[in-house]
Amino acid sequence: MLRGKGWGIPFFDEMTGHGGEVRSPYRDYHDWFDREDAARIQRKAQQAEAFFRTTGITFNVYGEDEADERLIPFDVVPRIISAGEWRRLSRGIEQRVRALNAFLHDIYHRQEILRAGRVPVNLISRNEAFLPMMMGMDPPGGVYTHISGIDIVRTGPNEYYVLEDNARTPSGVSYMLENRETMLQMFPELFAKISVREVSDYPLNLLKSLSACAPPKCNGTPTVAVLTPGIHNSAYFEHSFIADQMGAELVEGHDLRVVDGRVAMRTTQGYTPIDVIYRRVDDDFLDPLNFRPDSMLGVPGIWDVYRAGGITIANAPGTGIADDKALYSYMPDIIEFYTGEKALLPNVPTWRCSDPDHLKEVLDRLPELVVKEVHGSGGYGMLVGPAASRKEVAAFRRKLEANPGNYIAQPTLSLSTVPIFTKAGLAPRHVDLRPFVLMSPQGITITPGGLTRVAMTKGSLVVNSSQGGGTKDTWVLED
Amino acid sequence: MLGKTAGSLFWMARYLERSENNARLIDAGFRIALTRSSTAAAEWRSVLVTAGQDVRFRQAHQDYHSQRVVDFMLRDPANPSSILSVVKQARDNARTARTYLTREVWEAVNTSWMALGAQLKRQVREDDLPDVLAAIRQNNALVRGAFSGTMLRNDGYNFARLGTFLERADNTARILDVKYYLLLPSVAHIGTSIDNVQWETILRSVSAHRAYHWLYGTEISALKIAEFLILYKQMPRSLAFCCDQMNDNLGLLQRAYGVETDAIRMGSSMCRERLSRPIGSIFDGGLHEFITDFLRANAALAQQIERDYRFVE
Repeated sequence: MLRGKGWGIPFFDEMTGHGGEVRSPYRDYHDWFDREDAARIQRKAQQAEAFFRTTGITFNVYGEDEADERLIPFDVVPRIISAGEWRRLSRGIEQRVRALNAFLHDIYHRQEILRAGRVPVNLISRNEAFLPMMMGMDPPGGVYTHISGIDIVRTGPNEYYVLEDNARTPSGVSYMLENRETMLQMFPELFAKISVREVSDYPLNLLKSLSACAPPKCNGTPTVAVLTPGIHNSAYFEHSFIADQMGAELVEGHDLRVVDGRVAMRTTQGYTPIDVIYRRVDDDFLDPLNFRPDSMLGVPGIWDVYRAGGITIANAPGTGIADDKALYSYMPDIIEFYTGEKALLPNVPTWRCSDPDHLKEVLDRLPELVVKEVHGSGGYGMLVGPAASRKEVAAFRRKLEANPGNYIAQPTLSLSTVPIFTKAGLAPRHVDLRPFVLMSPQGITITPGGLTRVAMTKGSLVVNSSQGGGTKDTWVLED
Repeated sequence: MLGKTAGSLFWMARYLERSENNARLIDAGFRIALTRSSTAAAEWRSVLVTAGQDVRFRQAHQDYHSQRVVDFMLRDPANPSSILSVVKQARDNARTARTYLTREVWEAVNTSWMALGAQLKRQVREDDLPDVLAAIRQNNALVRGAFSGTMLRNDGYNFARLGTFLERADNTARILDVKYYLLLPSVAHIGTSIDNVQWETILRSVSAHRAYHWLYGTEISALKIAEFLILYKQMPRSLAFCCDQMNDNLGLLQRAYGVETDAIRMGSSMCRERLSRPIGSIFDGGLHEFITDFLRANAALAQQIERDYRFVE
């Protein structure tokens, strides 16, 4: 499957199909590109990099020197999705997010789905992200997943799969916004020629959506704040960017304390209550009194305020159970259970290694599979069988046999490619897509497109930025 | 605004001001070291004392060799007051206060940090030093320009300005503190060329030798230099100028918040009691005592601002 490299390969290319004529969503762009001077685009690409550096759109890699701030490579060729393709995708995404929210509500209330035997109980009881304290809690507005990111891959003209759900704290939205901003600055003429749907209203939609989930004790216009672990966090740029764009305060744990039954922030004039907190810290770190006593990132007592309706926490504590990759394999059942419909977007077929039959098959076919940790993220601790050496496969086999419940396996998908700009011209590279979804009592808002991540290395299927992946602007065309 | 953010703006401005002041001190020291090698070591020592880095320097080095002092003050990562460390701290504070800065200001701070990192990757050769120091001043000018041209004139602006002038007053007072003996009228070798050079150095370290001559003509006298640096209100690095600016900004905070804080009272008494008298009376009371007292009051004001506006819990 990974043999072919370059054009004319078994992969579906979103610009040329299987190496044929340019597909219609790309036609206008391709015409423009053909007439452009490659040297000019090259220059623009270099300017883009300088722009990202001076703006400080960088991230820190875990475990490396804090001074080492890296850029995520940006590619100047947009990924283009037609209006029709997007309609189909967004319907599937909306269905999935509704189901996720209903599932979370159910798990923290009557647990009908467990009683019906559609999801095994131990997937919840053994799930580290499950928070017993959330049982019976009603988060303001009934919303658990205020912000979610659904990772989608494509394998053919009409074949999309959901790769994973990010219901905890999906990141990357600042790249979606800055990528567009960069493209607008570099190639304004393109946007005059081609009608692309806006993404820039995301911050205001986020503010509206969060405000609509204000807690019962909120008085007047809700005060929204973004909670960050601080400037050394790998995603700090994004936290400050979002706060800035929403006009919200960017707070750290030590700026907050509980005052008169409300969570309040220390201002130059004393403590002021906040109503909605968009937290970018994990559940464990939210409240040292109720969770991890050693945490300096959270707010002592925030949990009690939450229970008493004094604050909205977005996303709600305990939503992380939905990010579990073993649970993921049950998503088609979950969707059917809560919506009464078949899933519009299919899952990638998944073997659960906890199941002895599945494990046996996985071990037999290890060199051709992708194996992931159930709680893993960021592309760490995974095996891409076809790309791994014999030695790596053998080492992984030992890890898998020692703790099969910790892994799931999937076939190596022939991820679609989109061209990137290289010195030698356009070259196909594998991509995925993370659309960002907002949920409030007023409904679901999906920003057209999302973040396209691209494996910059020829033939590579790993798009994670921590593993050298880059990003692209994502265009959804107007009808 | 958040107390932490106010603190970050205050410290961002302080660190930026400090980096520029230290660049100026290095510049002045370097000039003496070049022209009069016999007194170079003593001069470098006084530069280090002024910048508050002498103790740490002596822990790491045996003698005041030009190249070593310059390297230590410019780029030693183990020296928390090296220009590289200080600019990094300025940038960290700017990142913390990012949502209160305009894009222009943030980019100016970030760009100067990146440029400095590139320039100071290796030890700076003597003949490149003037260029590097000029670049540091230029980068600061860029930040200042963006700040004055794009920032809202609100409380955040006032906190940053307070940081700038507290730091600057501290710096000017420290220069006087280290060199005060040169300004004492009773010293016997007054009027000799040695003193002229030393006095020029003092003026250079506040970038004011031209302004001084423009104002006072060719005559350099201890009394006039002291008056110029302490009381002269049109001189942007004098104690009186810095005090006025601090009080203006504290006054604006009072108006914005409707509260008269202890810091506001301290600020105004610092000016009234210490700086509303002729230079002769300051000398009569003892120049050294005056400066020591001013430095103490300035530091106390900084602490009071930090408390009154809740920079930390």
